[in-house]
Amino acid sequence: MTALTLNNVNKSFGNVHVLKDITLEVEEGEFVVFVGPSGCGKSTLLRVIAGLEDASSGEINIGGQQVNLVPPSKRGIAMVFQSYALYPHLSVRGNMTLALKQEKQPKSEIEGRVAKASRMLNLEPYLDRYPSELSGGQRQRVAIGRAIVRDPKLFLFDEPLSNLDAALRMNTRIEIANLHRALDASMIYVTHDQTEAMTLADKIVVLRDGRVEQIGSPMELYNNPANQFVAGFLGSPSMNFLPESLLQDSGQNTIGIRPEDLFLSDDGPLAARVSHVEKLGGDTNVIAKVQDHDVTARLFGQHAIAEGQELRFGYASERAYRFNEAGQRLA
Amino acid sequence: MNKARHNPLNMVAMHGALILYTLIALFPVFVILINSFKSRRAIFREPLALPNADSFSMIGYETVMKQGDFFLYFQNSMIVTVASLSFILLFGAMAAYALSEYQFKGNLIMGLYLALGIMIPIRIGTVAILEMMVATGLVNSLWALILVYTAQGLPLAVFILSEFMRQVSDDLKNAGRIDGLSEYTIFFRLVLPLVRPAMATVAVFNMIPIWNDLWFPLILAPAEETKTLTLGSQVFIGQFVTDWNAVLSALSMAILPVLVLYVIFSRQLIRGITSGAVK
Repeated sequence: MTALTLNNVNKSFGNVHVLKDITLEVEEGEFVVFVGPSGCGKSTLLRVIAGLEDASSGEINIGGQQVNLVPPSKRGIAMVFQSYALYPHLSVRGNMTLALKQEKQPKSEIEGRVAKASRMLNLEPYLDRYPSELSGGQRQRVAIGRAIVRDPKLFLFDEPLSNLDAALRMNTRIEIANLHRALDASMIYVTHDQTEAMTLADKIVVLRDGRVEQIGSPMELYNNPANQFVAGFLGSPSMNFLPESLLQDSGQNTIGIRPEDLFLSDDGPLAARVSHVEKLGGDTNVIAKVQDHDVTARLFGQHAIAEGQELRFGYASERAYRFNEAGQRLA
Repeated sequence: MNKARHNPLNMVAMHGALILYTLIALFPVFVILINSFKSRRAIFREPLALPNADSFSMIGYETVMKQGDFFLYFQNSMIVTVASLSFILLFGAMAAYALSEYQFKGNLIMGLYLALGIMIPIRIGTVAILEMMVATGLVNSLWALILVYTAQGLPLAVFILSEFMRQVSDDLKNAGRIDGLSEYTIFFRLVLPLVRPAMATVAVFNMIPIWNDLWFPLILAPAEETKTLTLGSQVFIGQFVTDWNAVLSALSMAILPVLVLYVIFSRQLIRGITSGAVK
């Protein structure tokens, strides 16, 4: 059974058409990430799924049941917000039990679920604290715990890591991945960070300007992007785009080469002047100018390259992507 | 840290200015208080002297207690002030929430219409209000005053509270919706506690004018059993003879409850005033 089906979902705010004919499916137990630049409509899409906004047209099915007119609390979903959105006047326990009390669940059931969730998230010592007495990471865990206790058909995460610092973000990312394995629940996760998308997702949905650009597994999208936008959005550092004319004297198309596919080669086709070097220890990122175009090369290991140096890069032509003028991928 | 705060000269100047202002502000209250404990002759001979063994007299308080039903007046004032404040806060907060949270046709117009009341003094409509109260038979009842004060306080309350309510995080309200809370529960349990400083600000700004008002009690409810404290005190002010002892004693006693309420609200009030500016 599918956990979520969207059929031609549209959403407009007045004259602004925010979501355009979104059609997608989330399988049971799948971790789906919506990714896209800010303003692409990914958060709006999540809010439409949650029922916090009504779809202007189209059909939303959760767990096989059409929910267009069902209020958020009855959709069998739980949501984790970017700002945590913990109730400031309730203790951690109170935050986690509020929805269950609202559903009139028996007391023993509530206690059992809270105990289970707090064990999973290591929240046991904090159950009687208030949100203001917790650190950012702890608050995020409480927000996740509040979602877990509801035992929803579908988890919704709205950029849950963007308020955390880098180290904590990585830990929490792993925790969320573990959680997904442990709960075996369907999850939708919204982010603008392509690293989070690549590392967490079973399936990535790339959105731009309210439209689905491509859907697929992380490696499918990485190895086989449908268009220039997807190719440029996924991968870090992002793909280099060079006009075809630069490489073979003619042609209107754009050639895309991933930074890791460039290598140093004395007779390579790309003559470049190094403008900046990032030495990361394991990798060396070389940012260089090929005529007027910035090119990033990711070289494995450590290299003694200095700014201003003249280099030649080569690449394997079968690893290059070709895009037409409209940005569509050419075979 | 701010350098100016650590400079002792600045500290002295700052505190000097604040102390000076406090003295100026408290001076009339002080004069009222000390003179309420003096005999009539002493009030006029040395208005600024503290009461001593010679001039000390409780005659003012005795007169107040004997003349008229001072406790009834006090109770009336209390009922009117507390009831009006409750209505202003309740309805003002609800209207403000609707204006700030829900998108509906005429939202902006409605907001402007409600704000219009801030600019038009309610006293202009006194004659019409009196006619309405006569027609509805509310004259000489405390309800007349409560309704008028509620109407008078609502515009500013809606204006201030809707500004604060816009700052309450949408995520929090949405979390409540997903958890199955009703809109009323979200309003009372999530939003109201977060705008408490603003509520206190509105309460204090409304409380003092209502407590001190003479105009509407005099016009709408001058009957003996509905007199408020301010109106009740006027019996001691005659056209030819004024019983200053009694007036000052009545005023001293009238200050007390406002002071108590103010102390209750003031902590919240300060947070309310600064939270808008500092954040």
